[in-house]
Amino acid sequence: MVAVTPETGPDTALGADGTDGTDMTADLGAQLAAAFDAAVAADERVEPRDWMPDEYRASLVRQMAQHAHSEIIGMQPEANWITRAPSLRRKAILMAKVQDEAGHGLYLYSAAETLGTSRDELLDKLHSGKQKYSSIFNYPTLTWADVGAIGWLVDGAAITNQVPICRCSYGPYARAMVRICKEESFHQRQGYELLLALSRGTEAQHAMAQDAVDRWWWPSLMMFGPPDDESAHSAQSMAWRIKRHSNDELRQRFVDIAVPQAESLGLTLPDPDLKWNEERGHHDFGAIDWAEFWDVLKGNGPCNEQRIGQRRKAHEEGAWVRDAAAAYARKQTAQQAAQQAANPAGQNEEARV
Amino acid sequence: MTGTDTTDTARLTGATAAAALALGDDALILSHRLGEWAGHAPVLEEEVALANIALDLLGQARILLSLVGDEDELAFLREERSFRNLQLVEQPNGDFAHTIARQLYFSFYQHEVYGELARGDGPFAPLAAKAVKETAYHRDHAEQWTLRLGDGTEESRSRMRAALDALWKFTGEMFQPVDGLDGLDPAALEQRWLAALTGVLDRAGLDLPQGPRTGAWAAGAGRQGLHTESFGRMVAEMQHLHRSHPGASW
Repeated sequence: MVAVTPETGPDTALGADGTDGTDMTADLGAQLAAAFDAAVAADERVEPRDWMPDEYRASLVRQMAQHAHSEIIGMQPEANWITRAPSLRRKAILMAKVQDEAGHGLYLYSAAETLGTSRDELLDKLHSGKQKYSSIFNYPTLTWADVGAIGWLVDGAAITNQVPICRCSYGPYARAMVRICKEESFHQRQGYELLLALSRGTEAQHAMAQDAVDRWWWPSLMMFGPPDDESAHSAQSMAWRIKRHSNDELRQRFVDIAVPQAESLGLTLPDPDLKWNEERGHHDFGAIDWAEFWDVLKGNGPCNEQRIGQRRKAHEEGAWVRDAAAAYARKQTAQQAAQQAANPAGQNEEARV
Repeated sequence: MTGTDTTDTARLTGATAAAALALGDDALILSHRLGEWAGHAPVLEEEVALANIALDLLGQARILLSLVGDEDELAFLREERSFRNLQLVEQPNGDFAHTIARQLYFSFYQHEVYGELARGDGPFAPLAAKAVKETAYHRDHAEQWTLRLGDGTEESRSRMRAALDALWKFTGEMFQPVDGLDGLDPAALEQRWLAALTGVLDRAGLDLPQGPRTGAWAAGAGRQGLHTESFGRMVAEMQHLHRSHPGASW
């Protein structure tokens, strides 16, 4: 979206809000804001060097950070089963999936860096509890079938949420999401296929699959966030085209997709009120327990402390490794600089003297 | 048959099958140990790198075990004493330095072995030709981290030195003759391994450990089915679910 880049370029004294306190630049600020709004409304992409409102930047950082944190915290419940995967094929699939999540974390932290926020800064905010991750990962993976339920339901809900972000107004985020969504849809198919094998397997395996779906269904519906009338950030995010559909719309879309899939799996969904509504052309479903949602969000879920505790521990125990890598890199740079100083432009010592 | 049979070709027998098990178990067990790092690595890039190496090794293990029998029966239904992996690869992850020291010792060995097998025309040549590209990356990863830790901070140097020393006694086993790998000359292999290792340690400012390379009963023991205590727990965890549902498909 080059159109709203200030013609004065990045070297001028413009503040982040596009003003330097004088009337002329205040006018410019207003012009930039108007141009920004118009460009976003016309579905143009915002790029890192473009002017953008501070609130837009802050909102994006918040959302991208939360997304990145969810990827890396989300590794834990599934990594919990890597060492117990019941076949080598499943083990390979699961390891590759958890690895993909680390990769998604990397893209997203990098995308957030284009807004001037470093990965270290964001990780500190995760570790201190100032930034959140998706609350779904505060539920435990109790059996092998949970790996399948996460793939089918949690990744399915994530895809429903994330596909529209591929058209998000901020370019780096949108582009990162294209790749992430491709991999997520692969994960979802793998999760579905894992559950199908269990559902069609022995009686014990079928029961394991049903139990997992029973436990993951409602938390998956909560992943779309609070109902539209209680969602704090939704309206502005939609105006900025960071978000394109409301929480309730996406939740409905997910339910409509999941119901026939559950039938194909030979599994039931734990909601007696779930039924097709001919008039609406959608499935009706029962009331979500929002008290549970807010309680888990506040930190009272079954695994909140465990998840953040493991993350902090890995970070703290890895500090000496990161310090070593940084020290080594500094030494290498210094050594190269010294070599260049001693031998500029490839001349030998005598010629230089 | 409980697992996915990745090959329709005739199964290996005798000494060649034993060799496939030895190489396959090395890859299987080290892959498992590296998999334990998931979610615990010191930096996000290492989550990706360690998983990458684990996946390469698991891929090698699946091909090698399938040359002998059903991969899942072999992985999940053998008793601890039937595994033929080196004791080195079953050693617990320890801190990151221990994992890197284990990688350094093993990836340099594995790269030499596969390089040699790839040059021959035996049953392992096709697998080795592919695997040697993977092990070149594993070796590079271990080498780069050895340099960083050896020439990083005081703490990293002392941790790396401790890790190299602690695992040194498991390295002698790699150069015992392996049935079915008769084309490999263990003495020549060891010489090349030592030369390559010394080169890296020199650049990292680290000394080659001086202790014995074999414990009282460690020489070749893993290849004969004698393992260390932590291995039993590792195998119990790995096999528990599979064994809990006899005959089930996954």
